[in-house]
Order: sequence, then C-alpha cells, then structure tokens
Amino acid sequence: MPLVKNTTIVADEFVRVADEDSIPDGPVLLPAARFLVDPDGVLKRNAKVGVIWPNNKPIAELAPYLDRLAAIALVFPTFRDGRGYSQARLLRERFGFRGELRAIGQVLRDQFVFMLRAGFDAFEVKKDSDAAAFADVAKRYSVFYQPTGDGRATATRQRLSHPAEAARS
Amino acid sequence: MYAYDEIDRTFLNERVSEFRDQVQRRLAGELTEDEFKSLRLMNGVYLQLHAYMFRVAIPYGTLSSRQLRRMAHVARKYDRGYGHFTTRQNIQYNWIKLAELPDAMEDLAEVGIHAIQTSGNCVRNVTTDQWAGVVPDEVEDPRVWAEVLRQYTTLHPEFSFLPRKFKIAITASDHDRAAIKVHDIGLRILRNDKGELGFEVLVGGGLGRTPFIGKIIKPFVHARDIISYVEAVLRVYNQYGRRDNIYKARIKILVHELGAEAFARDVETEWAQIRDSALLIDDAMVDDIRSRFSYPAYEKLSDTPDELKKADDPRFQAWLQNSVAPHKEPGYAIVTLSLKPVGGPPGDATAEQMDAIADLSDRYSFGELRVGHEQNLALPNVAKRDLPALWRALDKIGVATPNVNLVTDIIACPGLDYCSLANARSIPIAQELTRRFADHDLASMIGRLHVNISGCINACGHHHVGHIGILGVEKNGEEVYQITIGGRADEKAELGVLIGPAVKYAEVADVIEDIVEAYLALRARPDELFVDTVKRLGVEPFKERVYATR
Repeated sequence: MPLVKNTTIVADEFVRVADEDSIPDGPVLLPAARFLVDPDGVLKRNAKVGVIWPNNKPIAELAPYLDRLAAIALVFPTFRDGRGYSQARLLRERFGFRGELRAIGQVLRDQFVFMLRAGFDAFEVKKDSDAAAFADVAKRYSVFYQPTGDGRATATRQRLSHPAEAARS
Repeated sequence: MYAYDEIDRTFLNERVSEFRDQVQRRLAGELTEDEFKSLRLMNGVYLQLHAYMFRVAIPYGTLSSRQLRRMAHVARKYDRGYGHFTTRQNIQYNWIKLAELPDAMEDLAEVGIHAIQTSGNCVRNVTTDQWAGVVPDEVEDPRVWAEVLRQYTTLHPEFSFLPRKFKIAITASDHDRAAIKVHDIGLRILRNDKGELGFEVLVGGGLGRTPFIGKIIKPFVHARDIISYVEAVLRVYNQYGRRDNIYKARIKILVHELGAEAFARDVETEWAQIRDSALLIDDAMVDDIRSRFSYPAYEKLSDTPDELKKADDPRFQAWLQNSVAPHKEPGYAIVTLSLKPVGGPPGDATAEQMDAIADLSDRYSFGELRVGHEQNLALPNVAKRDLPALWRALDKIGVATPNVNLVTDIIACPGLDYCSLANARSIPIAQELTRRFADHDLASMIGRLHVNISGCINACGHHHVGHIGILGVEKNGEEVYQITIGGRADEKAELGVLIGPAVKYAEVADVIEDIVEAYLALRARPDELFVDTVKRLGVEPFKERVYATR
C-alpha cells in the first residue's frame, strides 16, 4: 500500500513488527500490545519508534510517551468507522502530539480532506489510483465551516475579515 | 430567508464537483457499491425498491419561491413530475437516474439548495419549527441557531462517520412543533433568570425499533457555548456509541445503557476541555448569520379587514377555521397548505402545484414558504385581507383541504410502494382513511387527532408518537398492523401504547373508525382531545371496543 506524506508518495522508513517478531534495528512501528510490554525500554532505542493504536483504546494511555514517540498509526478497520478522527484530534489538539500521525486500514480518497483536517499527515492509501490523486483531492475544498486544530480559516472568519468579498446574494 | 454569499456558493460548487467525480468513478467501476454507498448517502442518494431516491434538504423548513420553482424543475426534468415532502424538512424524488444526479444537484446549487447530509451516519439536516420567525410566542427565531449548527456540522471532519445517523431539532416556542423530544439532540431555546439566551439540551430521544423520549442532560447551556456543548456530545458518542450492531448504534442506546446522568457527566468532562476554545461563539458571528435572514417589510394592516367580514362561503369559513394561524404581526396570518387531499398520498406535490404555490407565495407571502414535519407546506406571511383570494387560488390547485391537524392529516412513510426496507404498505392505508373521514363536519367534530403510519419497524412514519399509531409488520407472509394510541410528539411527548393483537390490512380502517367512535362516546367534553381522553382513561376502553367483536 502506498504511503503518502506531504501530498506525495514516499518510501516507508518504518518497519512494521508483528507481535511475535524480534525488534530489528532502525525505525519500527509496533502493535500497541507489543509496545505496552515495556514502553520505556523500547523508547530508549537509538532509532525511531512508532505505535499502531487501535480505535477502541483510549488515546490518553499514550500521553506519557508522546514526546518520545516518532509516529502513531490510527486504524480505520472500515472507512465507515470514524473513531480514529476523534483520536487524531485529541492527540493533536489536546495532547499536543507533533510526530507523524498516520492513517492506516481502509483509507480511501474521499476521506483525505477529513483526515487532513483532523490532524493526520501520513496516509497508507488502499488504492494506488487514490494515492496518485492525493494532491488534487487535498485541494478539493477551499471553504470549511468549522474550526479544528488544522488552523484553516472557517467560512465565518473569512466573512468577518473580508466582508466586501462576501457580498450578499 | 437566509441568503447565501459567495463563500457558501463556492462551497456548494466544490461539493457538486466532488460528487460528480464520485458518480463517474462509480459508473467506471473504480468504486464498489459498498464504497460508493456512504458517499452517495452523505449526498442524499438512497437505493430504493425501484430506483435511486434523492433527498434534498430544506434547512429549517424555509424556502424561497425561486427555490421551490427549482424543485419543481428537478421533478419535471429528472423525475416523474412530482416530489414528496418528508417529516424532516426534506423533499424526496423517487425515480432519479444516477448518471443525472450531479446535474440535478448543480441545478439546485444555483439557488442555494443541496442534499448534503440528508442521509448517512452523520449529522442530518437540522430542523426547527416551520413557523419560526412569524409565530407570536417564540423566544427568538430558532432558524438563526439552526443555521449556526448547520454550518458547524456541514462536512465535519470528525463527525462524518458516526456510529449511526444523528438528528438535531430546535424549538423556541412553548408549543413544540419540531418534535425535539424524539431527536438525538433536542434543543429548546429559553432565557435564564438573568435574561441570557441559552438552550435546554435533551439527548437520546428517537423512534425506530427502540423508541425513547429524550432526557434533559443540561437545563441551560449559554448560547455562546452551544457549539462546544454539541461537539462534546458528538465526541462522546463517536467514541463510545456501539458499532457492533446497527440496531443498537443510535445515541439513545448509549444514553440508555450508561444512564442519562453518567452520560451527562461524560459530556460535562469533555465539554470542560473545549468550551473556551475556537468553538466559543462570539456576537459578531451570530450577528452576521442573523443579518442574512431577511424579514418582510410588513405593512400596518387591519387585523379584521372588510374582505374577511364579507367572505361568507362556508367552504372558505371551514378552511379559515382550520388552516389559518395567528401571526406575530397584526393583520397577517400563517396559512398551512394541506398536502393531504382525500385519496391522495400524504406529502406529495406535483411540479405544477409547486410552481403555482411559488407564484402564490410571490403574490401573497413575500416570496417565502415553509415546510413542516407534518408534511404540509405553509405560506408564513399572508395579509388577512388576501385570505379569500388566496383560498380560491389554493382550492383550485387542490391544496386547501381544511384538514390540518385533523384525522385525515396523516403522516405516512413511503412504505412498501417505494421502500426496500418496508414490510407493509403505508400509503394505501392513509388513502383509505382519508376516504373514510372525508366528511369535513365529522372530522372537525372529532377535532385534533394525529394518525401516523409506518410500513416497518424503522418508524419513518413516527407511529410511536401518533395519537393513533399504525405499524405495518409482516407475519407469515401477510401484512398485519399493530395499533398504538396515546402517543404525541409535542412538548408533552409520549410513546403510544399497543391496544392489542395486530389486525389484517383489510381491517385497519374499520379498527380506526371503532377507536374514533369509542373516543366520541367517552370524551368528557367536545374539546377534550383524543390524546387527553386516552391519557385520562387508559387504553382499556378502546381495546374492549376494538376486540369485543373481533
């Protein structure tokens, strides 16, 4: 599955480690259970550590490790399951996580704008054609009606700061 | 009327072009039906029994004549020449072609109309009192706040894939015409003892197969905090609402399983973290939205014009008594247009009727129209002196049946005639009942009596809150109907009580007649409403009457 960062397809620097495998050198992405066996030990490694966090586990449990985690991957078991969006916003907006926030699972083109607004900056996209279209799809909307932590100006702010451009119909 | 500006128009165009791309990918086979499903649903497109169904939003039930004409155009050009007004301030087209949908959406977008989030597991069209802004007793115009919430919830990046659909309704009057107690969130606008504007918040109401009346979880949320409070409710629901079983996924089940107090505490904890954020509503934002609602330049008119005094046609008088309600301005009235003709399917209007009604609204109601949850239309600003002339015009196009709130003003879902979920027919039952009670003097003597019909347990006809509720189910391959009485959807909302075993399709109208006859014999006074008689006596006497001879 192609990985998209900064709107372009990139190679994945992280090696995904299964529960039963030993942890190799270099950047690794660990399942939550594996990570939680000895988080402080794992985080002492000389390489980046990321964790795959399921969408039914409170994100607050990660709070003690956030400044040492290089990446968090949130899971969309189907595109219809939207719990990951709340987890993403909480990580970014409440817990101040600044590392890579990756969407994994059933990640499709029509979720990109929602995911960007919720704070994701890396996407394991299910279909090659969707990954290739990322840059265009990300620009699809120029108007946003509600504030999130992504800093985009809402429609209301646009109106109030440029009343002349928003001439009444 | 709410006026869209360049920003809103840009957004709608972006939305239409996104949907056009989605339809093209579906038709090209790049999207599976499963992948396409949630995308089309968020644009109001269902796959029904015979064809795609397209549900278009009428935010807070307010329409301009130009917008209604455009809806007529869509009915004519892309459908079969009619549309169906629903119980949640939408219009549905039942025969639309997928490939033409983007064009229909583009035509609607030109007049500021869309189908965003009229279905799917997201926050649906926010509804309110169809008489908002013109009724005498309201705290303030609830449409301002419906628009605040409409904007906030439109393509919300966190809450577009909720466990299940989510419906919000707002009322600002003592008499609740928006059925807020049977919504996922019900909001009642009020002022606290300091005179500050705010909301009483109810959560967890809803019908469907597990009906609940909403519970008050917060008696007063200051108006400036309403977005953050709603966000807190949605965030708790998004994280903890059940996703393992579609029938237990609505917020009402979460509220029920946790208990309203525990749920309220979770919301309070979440809210404490976000109430002083960018979600805080400042006065400039509300003033801006308020300023885009335009109100007519009312004239100083007599409240008892000569034209009314001279009008002595008994048919006009019957309509005047039934379909005309008081307005906040002297000399004006609110006129309800019944879409429940004898023998007709409830809530349907033809393209010709829509065009004619649009013309009449230009002539008599400052170009404005309303749609209510009872599936009728209203002209909200009619000068009383014009009532006789307006009545003649409405009568000519078949929308002056004087049966508003009477036994033939039936709410019915599309049922087995259109819907792929239905187990039984709804519309033919409604049609038969309108024929049984076609005599206006009889219906008028019976008084206010809401009959609601659903063709399956999903309860789109809101049968639980009908004064008389009729639920069609399938039993051994046969359509049978369960009858409840005593339900209501207003400020005293209650769920109806089953009177006994289900009855056959052919018997439903007879049973309803029996119930009505029992009521006429039992009521304490002619002005004791059916629901009040049921409340006073319980279901037993009605049950006896219905089943004694069956």
